[in-house]
Amino acid sequence: MKKSDFTILVADDDPDYLFQTVSGLERAGYRTISVESQAEAESVISKFRPDLAIFDLMMESDDSGFILCYRLKRKYPEVPVILATAVAHETGMSFSLDSETDKSWIRADRYLEKGIRPEQLDQEIMKLLKI
Amino acid sequence: MAVLKVLVIDDEPGIRSGVSRILNNFNVNYPFMDEDYTFEVTEAPTGEEGITIIDSNKPDIVLLDNKLPGIQGVEVLEYIRNRKYDTVVAMITSYASLDVAVKAHRFGATDFIPKPFTPQELKSSIENIAKQLYLKRITNKLNEEGRKIRYQFLSVLSHELKAPLNAVEGYLRMMQERQSGNRIDDYETPIERSLQRIQGMRNLIMDLLDFTKIRFERKEEKIEEVNLADIASGAIVTVQPYAIQMEVTVNLIVKSDAVIMADPTDMEIIFNNLVSNSVKYNKTGGKAQIILESNEHEVMIAFTDTGIGIKDSDRESLFDEFTRIKNEKTRNISGSGLGLSIVKKVVELYKGSIEIDSKPDIGTTFTVRLPKNTNILT
Repeated sequence: MKKSDFTILVADDDPDYLFQTVSGLERAGYRTISVESQAEAESVISKFRPDLAIFDLMMESDDSGFILCYRLKRKYPEVPVILATAVAHETGMSFSLDSETDKSWIRADRYLEKGIRPEQLDQEIMKLLKI
Repeated sequence: MAVLKVLVIDDEPGIRSGVSRILNNFNVNYPFMDEDYTFEVTEAPTGEEGITIIDSNKPDIVLLDNKLPGIQGVEVLEYIRNRKYDTVVAMITSYASLDVAVKAHRFGATDFIPKPFTPQELKSSIENIAKQLYLKRITNKLNEEGRKIRYQFLSVLSHELKAPLNAVEGYLRMMQERQSGNRIDDYETPIERSLQRIQGMRNLIMDLLDFTKIRFERKEEKIEEVNLADIASGAIVTVQPYAIQMEVTVNLIVKSDAVIMADPTDMEIIFNNLVSNSVKYNKTGGKAQIILESNEHEVMIAFTDTGIGIKDSDRESLFDEFTRIKNEKTRNISGSGLGLSIVKKVVELYKGSIEIDSKPDIGTTFTVRLPKNTNILT
């Protein structure tokens, strides 16, 4: 399969980050659906199965991203999810998916710090989609 | 109902069973405690057995005889201190030599219960200890919460500061890699958006400065007679460019003289924030109004708008730091999420109050009441 066969759902309430992420993904060759809120993402998920999803952590509520991960995985357990956030590592509020306890409650496949370069993001996505 | 675990270490079986009998049916309560304390007693005839129980059971209170068959009471006490257990120790002793008493005190024994004791004596000692424990735990809890709040503030702050940097960085990269073309005109939107994000960040930093001002400055020499009508006019002038853009008309109605003793900077913080909100969250062509009124004791300032309003469910968190109500209507409105939390802190500093009355899609009124004469330094 080639990249243009995959549709990626991106949810982020920061319009600039959303724009940049989506245009990066499109340049890499993926198809995208972009939404600006948890509510919109939920309505997309209810009607459509994306091949991969990238969720911002804090949208309407502080844990919007976690909720979306949970909803998506319940409906489509096989669809990979990337959780992206600008929450700083240095303040200690970081969630790596390395420990078993974190994995058990964060239902994401990757956790990425915002500001990641488009090529890095593409690398991660190719791994998750096994391209 | 909270249970405190008591361990009695004494070689006299009579004392041990006596303590068990008395405390198992005893409970302690005070008007300021939200629950009663009851007691669960375990017994140990020697210091060695006592230590085993202390390690496994972590008792809240240890009643300790000094004269024991093996290791002595003070040694058990020393053991507890070295392990830094959160345990209160009371010595029960028939003859307290000064030497033992001094040593026991140095190792942190909080109480001495002389043997023989009556049930009432034991109960009143235990009551005191339970009270101490309760206060200590409440204090710890409050300290921890204080730390947590500060920590949360910092992590949210760093999130808020990083988001605009990430956005601008992303746009600069797009330009560096010439992703949309080779001409500067191809990047009009990224440039415009970058400038907006930088402005947003500047506002956040200004708000943060206000925020630290209220928190740390106490300023006797800055208190003066302030005419709030002047402050209101100033705030209207400041917001004017934005109001023109939004086609919102702002007017001031002075029903009665509103002069109070205050630091004018504090009053500017209140007015600038609330007036700019009533423009920012208004509709195109809407109205914003400031009404000043006063009586003998206080001034009342009403900030009314014909804007998008606030849902009841959003009111609770409205004054929290970094709270931004996120929905369809607020999507394109930028803000630091600090404005209202700052306003509230200033109002509280002056021992005033702030109230909201709001209907979604119809409008919001913030009413601030400030006493005319408060000494904010007390």
